[in-house]
Amino acid sequence: MNRPMISLESLFQPIDVEALETAARSGGCSSSACGSSAKPDDMAADVWERIKDHPCYSEEAHHWFARMHVAVAPACNIQCNYCNRKYDCANESRPGVVSEKLTPEEAMRKVIAVANEVPQLSVLGIAGPGDACYDWAKTRATFADVARRIPDIKLCISTNGLALPDRVDELVEMNVDHVTITINMVDPEIGAKIYPWIFYAGRRWEGVEASKILHERQMLGLEMLTARGILTKINSVMIPGINDDHLVEVNRWVKARGAFLHNVMPLISDPAHGTRFGLTGQRGPTPMELKALQDRLDGGAKLMRHCRQCRADAVGLLGEDRGQEFTLDRLPEEVAYDPSKREAYREIVARERGDHGAAKAAAVAAVKETATDAKLLIAVATHGGGRINQHFGHAREFQIYEAGPKGIAFVGHRKVEAQYCEGGWGEDATLDTVIAALDGVAVVLCAKIGDCPKEMLDAAGIHATDEFGFDYVEAAIGEVYARRFGTRPSVAVA
Amino acid sequence: MAFKIVASQCTTCGACEFECPSGAISMKRDVYVIDPAKCTECVGSFDTQQCAAVCPMPKTCVKAA
Repeated sequence: MNRPMISLESLFQPIDVEALETAARSGGCSSSACGSSAKPDDMAADVWERIKDHPCYSEEAHHWFARMHVAVAPACNIQCNYCNRKYDCANESRPGVVSEKLTPEEAMRKVIAVANEVPQLSVLGIAGPGDACYDWAKTRATFADVARRIPDIKLCISTNGLALPDRVDELVEMNVDHVTITINMVDPEIGAKIYPWIFYAGRRWEGVEASKILHERQMLGLEMLTARGILTKINSVMIPGINDDHLVEVNRWVKARGAFLHNVMPLISDPAHGTRFGLTGQRGPTPMELKALQDRLDGGAKLMRHCRQCRADAVGLLGEDRGQEFTLDRLPEEVAYDPSKREAYREIVARERGDHGAAKAAAVAAVKETATDAKLLIAVATHGGGRINQHFGHAREFQIYEAGPKGIAFVGHRKVEAQYCEGGWGEDATLDTVIAALDGVAVVLCAKIGDCPKEMLDAAGIHATDEFGFDYVEAAIGEVYARRFGTRPSVAVA
Repeated sequence: MAFKIVASQCTTCGACEFECPSGAISMKRDVYVIDPAKCTECVGSFDTQQCAAVCPMPKTCVKAA
């Protein structure tokens, strides 16, 4: 496109509707790419239509669209060794953690308030903090209310699977199109090390017997969903020494039963969380261990690699959490839904996305053509929108891409505990943790970086540059790759 | 003959409320309580007390002294 319509940066600030609408109406895009879809070549058009606005089901969508979870379902029917729901901290970010539980009526108000303020919102999920299929009355009431007021929002649910078979028919009726099941094992002997007990059919079950029931119910639920054409995502927690190798087997089982996506997540374990695994010193995997396992699973059920393991009350784009802006005490008593921001945003995304898709396809093709087998890991600082648009020192996480003979693929993200720009103290120590988090990465792309951190990264063997600031991610990666390994003239950057 | 909930350990998840066969559990202000007049300890309905079996916290749904 030949002129900037609106800075992507501004979309992530408090939104200015007039500017958005002006931009959205500002007439035709002259790019030849306009109107082309960002749909991956190997995906059926109807499936793409269902996932293209869902940030969890489409890696491409997560640059544009946001989800929110409402914590209306606190009750759970199983106990997992990695979970402790008696915990409430605004600074914690992990599944099962919430700051306040909501009634369905409060959830309704929250969803409308968020839809009015966060134009990227496309998905409402219920992910507990307990189990949404077990705590069903509240889940159902929330979905019914929201679907009536905001008909175009996608409904999504996350469950451990035990109560799932009982709810499948109602999920279909309510038009819930995306269901996530957490499946950590297909062998009850391994399950017994993860689940101390389940509550089923009026009693508590323990040990291998409990995991056998859970496993059978999970597989039944998955098969029932597949038979009804509902898209399923399987979440698996990678627990080193317990189920890490076994997840290859899990991947095979869920693929055979029609799972759409498999999301392998690292165990989060800390004694301070008060979980069984935290207290017994069970460690989580390192980023490279996780990537090695994900690479082994390549070719099986399609992997999700952009998961941020968000809280059960998260709000916003993946990787950012605006939940604290929408706590109950900040919500008005009466809220009226105003669709204008969401509609204006969607118009912009439709155009920008086609442009980004074309730039991406060209860069991927160029990298594939480069006559080398070399692989390169590249870290990108971004606020979303498919562009390199974040300052190195402000990045709370880096998106990791791999460029190589297969093209350019998003392979994960790395979180940074404390940002480099924390303001004056301990900067060197912080930079060391950033360098550690970037283990294996050769190049960092960001919108801006100072000389000092740049030199220190250089000393650690990581080349950081702001040369491609505000370019499309894949176009810049293509250029970096071509300069390192290419013999052909470098590709144009968007 | 009744059970009670140790309020200091309760996570207020509410699982006990809808498992209770006697409708004896309800939320009073911010905590769940068991109405001793209604609690049957599940005698005649289940082999084990449903609130204690589903509660995620050990020793939180217990026999009232």
